Amino acid sequence: MKSLSVENLTKVYANGLKALKGISLDVNEGDFFALLGPNGAGKSTTIGIISSLVNKTSGTIRVFDYNTDTHFDDAKRCIGIVPQEINFNQFETCLEVVMNQGGYYGIRHGLALQRSKQYLGQLGLWDRRHDVSRTLSGGLKRRLMIARALIHEPRLLILDEPTAGVDVELRRSMWDFLTGLNQCGTTIVLTTHYLEEAERLCKNIAIIDHGLIIENTSMRGLLDKLNKETYILETRDVIPKSTMINDYSMRVVDNYCMEIDVEKARGLNTLYAELSRQNIEVLAMRAKSNRLEELFLSLVENDKPRENENVL
Amino acid sequence: MFSDRRLVALLTISRREIRRILRIWVQTILPPAISMTLYFIIFGNLIGPRIGTMDGFSYMDFIAPGIIMMAIINNSYANVVSSFFGAKFQKHIEEMLVAPVPNIIILLGFISGGVSRGLMVGCAVTIVALFFTDLKVYSLMIVITVVLLTSILFSLGGLINAIFAKKFDDISIIPTFVLTPLIYLGGVFYSINLLPEFWQKVSSFNPILYMVNAFRYGMLGVSDIDIGQAFLIIILFIIILGIFSLMLLNRGTGIKT
Repeated sequence: MKSLSVENLTKVYANGLKALKGISLDVNEGDFFALLGPNGAGKSTTIGIISSLVNKTSGTIRVFDYNTDTHFDDAKRCIGIVPQEINFNQFETCLEVVMNQGGYYGIRHGLALQRSKQYLGQLGLWDRRHDVSRTLSGGLKRRLMIARALIHEPRLLILDEPTAGVDVELRRSMWDFLTGLNQCGTTIVLTTHYLEEAERLCKNIAIIDHGLIIENTSMRGLLDKLNKETYILETRDVIPKSTMINDYSMRVVDNYCMEIDVEKARGLNTLYAELSRQNIEVLAMRAKSNRLEELFLSLVENDKPRENENVL
Repeated sequence: MFSDRRLVALLTISRREIRRILRIWVQTILPPAISMTLYFIIFGNLIGPRIGTMDGFSYMDFIAPGIIMMAIINNSYANVVSSFFGAKFQKHIEEMLVAPVPNIIILLGFISGGVSRGLMVGCAVTIVALFFTDLKVYSLMIVITVVLLTSILFSLGGLINAIFAKKFDDISIIPTFVLTPLIYLGGVFYSINLLPEFWQKVSSFNPILYMVNAFRYGMLGVSDIDIGQAFLIIILFIIILGIFSLMLLNRGTGIKT
């Protein structure tokens, strides 16, 4: 079953801006799906339409087979939204924020309290439940929004840049929480600017740019498209300026550091062999940049000619 | 009329609104009580005895219902306009919009907040009035009905104002330039029978005149206008503004992109 099915979705704003030019995508039940794109690509508009905060121009959206035009309530009941911007009442306590959201979904007080305890607890906020929400740090505010989005136990959770501005420790604990949630059967759609996050968490991916889906595939399939990766090697001894490694393009960065381009077909074994042969002892090796980042940039770069078509 | 879930949603919005009123009672309940006390002192105690009687009642007795009604009108309007605009401004209106809450429930929820504040302030001002005059009640049924209908009407007015408001200035323009003049010219402090015939006719286009007089009728048993006509006009305005508000919410005016 598909958790989310978007068909030919378009959005033209009043000022003539074509934010979405007929996008279609499917998200299967249980998937952890990344929706990526540069700023202004149309990600938040897509999420806004799915969550009914933005009126679409045309197209169809189905959530677990409920058409959002005809089965509005059923569709909404299946979706939990964690928006990009903080959008809770900052004068209410954490518990009030979550309990009120439960009330909007028609959940009675007793059950709402039980679930609030569960989700605020899991997200480390139960001890601060009586704190006014504006006193929370940025990271904790984002956690509160996740707890709020889960109060009605949605089958599809949509997170719009949930870890933006969150410190590393909090981000990683959020990843663990979301992974656990996905393993329990919740479908997750994630937008993020941290491509490492998408690569680590998501099984499938769509890249949107200038209101069009330019890539929609599995994460594995997308990463397979990467032909070449650049690695940074740190050595024990000074690298002789004349160093050449057969069949590999390399650059000496400084006395103890070099960059090597490795084509996927060639692999790393011959590189190791060649380094050993030349008595170059490698202390550390790391990819120069995130693999997904490389692909993302090349895909978005290829899409640039469309830029001028944005305004009617 | 409503399913269990919708009733829970309605009660949630109402409870949240009432909590808000009580949380900031220094802004919501206290100021109207103080300003109405000043009205009673200045117009009732100091100037009133020099004016004498009006429609057979002391001036203090005559203006007391109008002052209570003025507080109810101002506060039911102010509650919804500030609460709804605040929800828009802070974006927490989205909490309701993403949930399966029908627009009629959102409308009723905010109205319940406006009515609650109107009632709370009305009670506070009535208590204040008891220090200055012996309030009489000619018909409790009419008093309760007029208070409820008037606060519903002005809650709807506040909601429409908030829907169209884009900045904080926009929520004070209508109360300052429309509501206040209409209230002051709506027979709170005088009987329109004192006006020349032309101005009496002009006053008859002021909807607040009907509310003030209907309430005064409930309290004192006297009115400048026909009580049936007053109820008809109030109900008519509620229907028109109610339909308009619902239409705006359904279109997502001011709240959706």
